[in-house]
Amino acid sequence: MSAPTGEDTKNISHLAPSNRENSDQGETERKNVGGNDLTFENPDKTYLDSNELIINMGPQHPATHGVLRVILKLDGEKVLGTECVIGYLHRGVEKIAENRTYTMFNPYVDRMDYVAAVSNGLGYCEAVEKLLNVEATPRAKYIRVILTELNRIASHQLWLGTHALDIGAMTPLFYTFRDREEILKIFEKYCGARLTTHAFRIGGCQYETYAGFEKEVKNFLTFVAPKIDEYETLLTTNRIWMERTKNVGVISAADAIALGVTGPVLRASGVKWDLRKAQPYAAYSEFDFEIPVGTNGDTYDRYLVRMAEMRQSLRIIEQAVNSIPEGPIMAKVPKVIKPPVGEIYHSIESPKGELGYFIVSDGSTQPYRLRVRPPSFVNLQALDIMVRGLLVADVVAVIGTIDIVLGEVDR
Amino acid sequence: MAEDAKTPAPPPPPEGEKKPSAEMPAAPVSNAPVKPVAPAPPAKPAVPADSTTPPKPAAPAKPTGPVPLLWSSPLVEKYRSQYGTALEGQTYLGQNYLTVKSELIPNILRLLRDEEQFDYCVDITAVHYPKREKQFDVVWILYSFPRNERLRVTTQIADGASIPSSVSIWPTANWLEREVYDMFGIQFDGHPDLKRILLPDGWKGFPLRKDYGILQQDKEWVQINLGIESGQ
Repeated sequence: MSAPTGEDTKNISHLAPSNRENSDQGETERKNVGGNDLTFENPDKTYLDSNELIINMGPQHPATHGVLRVILKLDGEKVLGTECVIGYLHRGVEKIAENRTYTMFNPYVDRMDYVAAVSNGLGYCEAVEKLLNVEATPRAKYIRVILTELNRIASHQLWLGTHALDIGAMTPLFYTFRDREEILKIFEKYCGARLTTHAFRIGGCQYETYAGFEKEVKNFLTFVAPKIDEYETLLTTNRIWMERTKNVGVISAADAIALGVTGPVLRASGVKWDLRKAQPYAAYSEFDFEIPVGTNGDTYDRYLVRMAEMRQSLRIIEQAVNSIPEGPIMAKVPKVIKPPVGEIYHSIESPKGELGYFIVSDGSTQPYRLRVRPPSFVNLQALDIMVRGLLVADVVAVIGTIDIVLGEVDR
Repeated sequence: MAEDAKTPAPPPPPEGEKKPSAEMPAAPVSNAPVKPVAPAPPAKPAVPADSTTPPKPAAPAKPTGPVPLLWSSPLVEKYRSQYGTALEGQTYLGQNYLTVKSELIPNILRLLRDEEQFDYCVDITAVHYPKREKQFDVVWILYSFPRNERLRVTTQIADGASIPSSVSIWPTANWLEREVYDMFGIQFDGHPDLKRILLPDGWKGFPLRKDYGILQQDKEWVQINLGIESGQ
């Protein structure tokens, strides 16, 4: 779906039925005919009960981004309700944590949100540092910010490519994966791994930056800024894209807060809240950046918010890379991590939303209890109210726009 | 140099700890922590006495560690006058939490949302202490957008006891409570659809209980549904 010609658009927008106004009209028409109260809350009262259909989507479905299974209750093409069946990727991360030392558990967190492993590691290391009552050194904090923001861009790029692919646009996938590769190369050079990076250690970073790190990051910034514009030329004013995303999957700010939704989904509904600003961690208080927000809370706004977030991340990286302080990269932490008895909750703004760790220490080398507050899991709960009343084809768009990673949903 | 390096990081982050350690150099008798729970830092004054200036050692929190302090705030005062000793406010490393009796549970959560603007329920989870009489801690992690403040509410319940659901207060509690039920077997009264969420419906046992071994599985389920001898 590159440049849409007039004819294409007509045909496709007709076939891809995201036009809710039409379907709403259909509803009122039938209401009049049948004289029935045709609402989602009252699915039993449909004009023809035989219309109601339950279909299964997933877990092996390319558009569910992994192993999400959704049971859809349909009236014709209209979604009356959904039920998510999750847990196919459950590995018992929290149980594993109780049986590993704090240091040994560190790599496991990368396997939760595996497209943003650096963020997971940052959250975990900061939570344990908080429990230990130590703080990473300034230099480590800057390196952490740079890598985490690079990872945010990579995560958003992956989201954009797959989300557009779900809706039917093939090209963005190639563009975003091509550019994401540059970020992965930086990760690989820094710590040897591309995806499950295990980049940070409790107390700082294990690795000093490699020679030429700063130059490469700066080169990346100049490389990727025009690429983000390029993605936007493909989509932002593309008529098919707009028809498929505008007014699709709307969630109001009040609903989003009540459902605990965080991250870009919350911000697209107009809530200007970002943990990097609200409760700054690492070195975020030292950088100047903005929180992009949307107004309508629909799929299109969430797209715009994430695009703007990528640009803000570039700003943060630029400031950070120009002023990395000298000094040690590890704070003085004991060789054996043995936090005092106590409980701590610490959370960060991951690319998906609020990623929190609640750790209970009994004074031993292993966490007594470690709870991960996964943003994808909580955001996925909003799928139901976002797709009610939409058409089946839109469910795919909404799953994509929530930006879930099943490794984190199921843990 | 060695002492310098010992100071882990310039300022200790949380406010809760900052105060006692900042007061310490002024009072020569170092036995002045606000609450007498900890054995106090005994060996400390010897080292910093000469080199004490602004940073002040964050007293490598290894041996004794910081202790929970009483948390006094209008919020705690208000609810203490209402509920008395059924509720206690504490702060640890700058994080505030309320320990409440389980009878208060739906009410205090509703009041916190309606009166104190804790409009966002971040997480609900539990901790298992098998040796205690009331085996489970149930923890609500709350956040208030208007106040930009976090608060944890903790209560203790016995094994087999149930606790009122908070789905009617925060709809997000739906899946969170299901997960707590799935992992710990804690019943939430009034939950609209309390069933397992991550594990299969027919699974037996609650994996995050301490008596559930890390290698343990529901063998019967595995054999029937997966057609293999063991999942290990």
